[in-house]
Amino acid sequence: MAIPLEHVIGLSALLFAIGTVGALTRRNLIVILMSIELMLNGANLAFVGFARAWNSVDGHIFVLMVIVVAAAEVAVGLGIVIALFRNRESVNVEDVSLLRW
Amino acid sequence: MSAPAVFFYAFGAAAVISALAMVLNVRNTVAAAMSLVVTMISLAVVYVVLDAHLVAALQIMVYAGAIVVVFLFVVMLLNLRHDAFAQRRERLVKGAGVVLALGAAFAFLNLVPKSLPTVQQIPADFGSYAAVGRALYRDFVLPFEISSLLLLAAIVGAVVLAKRRLS
Repeated sequence: MAIPLEHVIGLSALLFAIGTVGALTRRNLIVILMSIELMLNGANLAFVGFARAWNSVDGHIFVLMVIVVAAAEVAVGLGIVIALFRNRESVNVEDVSLLRW
Repeated sequence: MSAPAVFFYAFGAAAVISALAMVLNVRNTVAAAMSLVVTMISLAVVYVVLDAHLVAALQIMVYAGAIVVVFLFVVMLLNLRHDAFAQRRERLVKGAGVVLALGAAFAFLNLVPKSLPTVQQIPADFGSYAAVGRALYRDFVLPFEISSLLLLAAIVGAVVLAKRRLS
């Protein structure tokens, strides 16, 4: 067992941080969705690392559920992007201020 | 250093670099999606090193195979021009980034290593298709069935949202 858990969690935290930065700073709705996928992957890596450390396969089940949710999220999110582009001719989030007061 | 450790660090670094390439690429959204594919495949290799074989296979099939392809379809369908980082909030983002990075580094160096469990010897079939399938269909069969409902709702929702006009 060569790889310590700290390094797995560190890699997962790094990926999650990069995804957070992308989701907060980019203005393209599609890239924001991709960054959210990156954050989900960071969480998945933490689940896998802890599953191995505690010798329990339950963490892998959680990862499967996260993958299901990610697939559903992408399908609905990109549907919204297409509907938005049809109405506004843009995927820039600054152009979409319908719910902002 | 053993071979699995070499794979872990090499592909972990590849995942981080391609993730950075995805977030920092402001010119070409298709290239950003391709960087995302590299991240997903590198993470699949990391999962194999961590004895999560079923998760690694699903990572390649669902993420690299399906999700990123949907992203590419939409990017090419919409034929996007380049986009930039948020202009007005740059200073706020930078300040918050520095504070968060310092806090996270402090927590990681001081608090996290003390609270983590040490990795024990794991059985040979840990994370195999059979082991995960047994847990999935015995202990977690209700969440498994509910996830199919979620996927059905997502399919219907995506069709309704992307359809041109509802009659």
